[in-house]
Amino acid sequence: MTTNIKYTFKDFASDQDVRWCPGCDDYVILRSIQKALPEIGRKKEDIVFISGIGCSSRFPYYMDNYGMHSIHGRAAAIATGTKLSNPDLSVWVTSGDGDSMAIGGNHFIHAIRRNIDLNYILFNNEIYGLTKGQFSPTSLLGQKTKSSPYGNVQAPFNPGELAIGAQGKFFARAAGNDAKLQVELYKAADNHKGTALVEILQNCVIFNDGAYNDISDKSVKADAQLVVEHGKPMIFGKDKNKGIILDGMKLKVATIGENGVKESDILVHDAHEPDPSLHLALINMKAPVVMGVIRAAKDKTLVDREKEATEYAKKFNPIKSFEELLFSGETYEV
Amino acid sequence: MSTEALQKNRQDLDHVVIRFVGDSGDGMQLTGTQFSTSAALLGNDIATFPNYPSEIRAPQGSLYGVSGFQVNIGATEINTPGDDLDLLVAMNPAALKMNVKDLKPGQMVLVDSDAFSRTNLQKAKYESNPLEDGSLSNYNVVAVPMTKLTREALKDTGLDSKSMTRSKNMFALGMLYWLYSKDPKHTEAFLQKKFKNKPQVVDANMKALKAGYHFADTLELMPTHYVIGPAEKEKGTYRIIMGNQATAWGLMAAAQKSGLELFLGSYPITPATDILHELVKWRHLNVTTFQAEDEIAGISSSIGASFAGKLAATSTSGPGLALKGEALGLAVMLEIPLVVVNVQRGGPSTGMPTKTEQADLMQAMYGRNGESPLIIVAAKSPADSYDMAFMAAKLSLEHMTPVILLTDGYIGNGSEPWRIKKLDEMPEIKHRRVTEYQEDFHPYVRDKKTLARPWAIPGTPGLEHVIGGLEKDKIDGHVSQDPVNHEEMVKLRADKVRKVKDYIPALETEFDQEGDLLVVGWGGTYGSLKTTVRKYKEQNPDAKVGLAHFSYINPLPHGVADTFSKFKQIIVPELNAGQFADLLRMTYPQFKYNKYDKIQGLPIGSEELIKEFNKILKAE
Repeated sequence: MTTNIKYTFKDFASDQDVRWCPGCDDYVILRSIQKALPEIGRKKEDIVFISGIGCSSRFPYYMDNYGMHSIHGRAAAIATGTKLSNPDLSVWVTSGDGDSMAIGGNHFIHAIRRNIDLNYILFNNEIYGLTKGQFSPTSLLGQKTKSSPYGNVQAPFNPGELAIGAQGKFFARAAGNDAKLQVELYKAADNHKGTALVEILQNCVIFNDGAYNDISDKSVKADAQLVVEHGKPMIFGKDKNKGIILDGMKLKVATIGENGVKESDILVHDAHEPDPSLHLALINMKAPVVMGVIRAAKDKTLVDREKEATEYAKKFNPIKSFEELLFSGETYEV
Repeated sequence: MSTEALQKNRQDLDHVVIRFVGDSGDGMQLTGTQFSTSAALLGNDIATFPNYPSEIRAPQGSLYGVSGFQVNIGATEINTPGDDLDLLVAMNPAALKMNVKDLKPGQMVLVDSDAFSRTNLQKAKYESNPLEDGSLSNYNVVAVPMTKLTREALKDTGLDSKSMTRSKNMFALGMLYWLYSKDPKHTEAFLQKKFKNKPQVVDANMKALKAGYHFADTLELMPTHYVIGPAEKEKGTYRIIMGNQATAWGLMAAAQKSGLELFLGSYPITPATDILHELVKWRHLNVTTFQAEDEIAGISSSIGASFAGKLAATSTSGPGLALKGEALGLAVMLEIPLVVVNVQRGGPSTGMPTKTEQADLMQAMYGRNGESPLIIVAAKSPADSYDMAFMAAKLSLEHMTPVILLTDGYIGNGSEPWRIKKLDEMPEIKHRRVTEYQEDFHPYVRDKKTLARPWAIPGTPGLEHVIGGLEKDKIDGHVSQDPVNHEEMVKLRADKVRKVKDYIPALETEFDQEGDLLVVGWGGTYGSLKTTVRKYKEQNPDAKVGLAHFSYINPLPHGVADTFSKFKQIIVPELNAGQFADLLRMTYPQFKYNKYDKIQGLPIGSEELIKEFNKILKAE
């Protein structure tokens, strides 16, 4: 339900001291969500944050909404029950790469498959933070961590690719230090009907510091990131002269004005396209790393389909009340 | 049907135990259900139990493909599907081989002699034909060429021979209706309704049914037929209900009574899945069901639903309860209402999925990390599952704690007559939902009497708060790792569960109120124990024997020590290695407990237990 009350970000801040490490990108995420919520315009009491275990999962304590800090990996399953029970709520999941893709992998993919209307914020720092530095399902091959002193031997997931494989309809990505883009993505996620996965490339200052430096650092950002927008050409770079073109079946970076490439040759982003092929190619690009709303395809949500099934039962099931049910079928008198 | 048939030799019986067995495809469940329903409609008390193989469609004629259905029909109160059989109906050699050991000596075994071909005998691993080699000389063997007779009766229907053969179960049923003097009209009506768009099928089955009935009438091998008069029961409207169905309806009744909507998050598991199957049908009656991706998501979604203000439940069996353990601990910590139904089966691990056991008692008590007490209740019969599911929900909602309801495969799949209980007969449920803004609201401020906290749900303005699995301050609910607060919170949660004792019925004793031997049971063994005590007292009129059956396991009800002290000896029969006896010994160490444990996937039989009673009483 929308509201006429004019909130500011302070209305969403709880009285609890925030206990993340100084300099952690989690502060940026927290503030960006607190800034996005007044713009989203839902009533405070209708917003719920549910989390699992990990640094990211402390999030609900810092919000002045309803919230649950649950157990490791299960936030998506709990949030599914909450949303099914009250579809009017705006239900948010805050979770990390370990919480979502290791211990909670099953719930993660099934929530996406069902297209339950959740805003799922994935804090991806490519490491286990709260247990002090083990490799996670997104850690790079060869990465040295406390549990991989000779280099990680387990190949990583790409969360967006996993989401597409699980029939994901919404995927967006932002750098952990990019507050401005994050605010836009959280608004877009809440506006989307269905599971909206937002991956934040979040820097862990203690156990994996600098993991995203070559993407997020101010000095390289313009050339290392392409921020896509629906309906706009995929142009990036310091000089706004680089863009994405289709080369056979593959995406390729081209420079406008070089080799006869004109601005009209640059692909225009279509986030609404149901076929995920091009979205997947964008998700998997390494240089530049694609940010923004990469995919936002319309589909019915789990709640929509549940409602249809209930309507069907209402119409065709001859038993209309519990009392009728008790006395339905064969009964006899003694 | 011929009424002169009913004039022939007739003999009155108090009760009779019949088992129908055949291939999974022989329609034995249907035959058994039809027979027992007809008997109930005609006023008998009944109890039934199906016995499926765990294979879905095992090879035809094989020993592991035998499917059975047992019914105990009585002119007096019936509490179990019965132990030893008075009649065995076996449709093939494999079915005979697997079941004849349970038939009382001298009693009738009715077989389809056409099914005793060489191939079928081989599949059943018989070296010679038991119908001919004298190995069944202890029994009254009635061998009837049912396949041939059915085909003969149906030769004008235009059906192919395979379809004709399929009606042979109706032929057998017709014979039984004659043998037990039951009017087959209920089955005729059933066939007409079930196959209303297939008149040919109705016709064939009716013909086979009649043919069987008349065949029995003229058969000299069956000179007598039996009459089981109506049983005395409380007046009212009855229906036959299965345990799992009763559990589902009990939860629905609690939702209706409390004015809440019901949510069930569940993952398929034998023998609990029928609860999900039942509830999913009633989605238009304020029931939401969610078939989850696994057991953990089953309970987790229910926790999410409870947080949002639903009456939430999850249904499972032993291995599923193990998987739910961590989330159940969360529910204890959050202090939210949640009903967990465990339809117990043979364990550990995958164990014996289609067989019954009561070995999850300690798992229910202690199967979580940390100090994590919750309420545990148990159903004692298929119909009682309605009341206990209702009570589980009521206690959970009123005391803000998860409740485990223990049933088992035996009562979950068993059925019996149930006097329909409308909502106005059920007790009130006062849930603790807070729907309006309160100044200075704290989520963990407790009711002074029950220690239950308020249940403020998302969507309520001004009561925003965060709950979680971390230890919390005893008042404001904020995270607290303070050592003294933690100990206080552990004790508060335990006290809250302990205080439930004041809100449940005190322990009652049936039969003698004091004397020589107290039989102590819990859960699904009630029928067996009651039948045994009754039988024992008939055989030993001077023995003073009482039966104290527990429906409430944690906390234990009032009156335990008082009851126990009135008897010289106590015996605790259970379908596990003595878990309830251990629990009682821990709580009431002043008494001596004789154990009687059975861990065979089978219910306790009267004869074995009577021997045990004698051992204790005669040894004195």
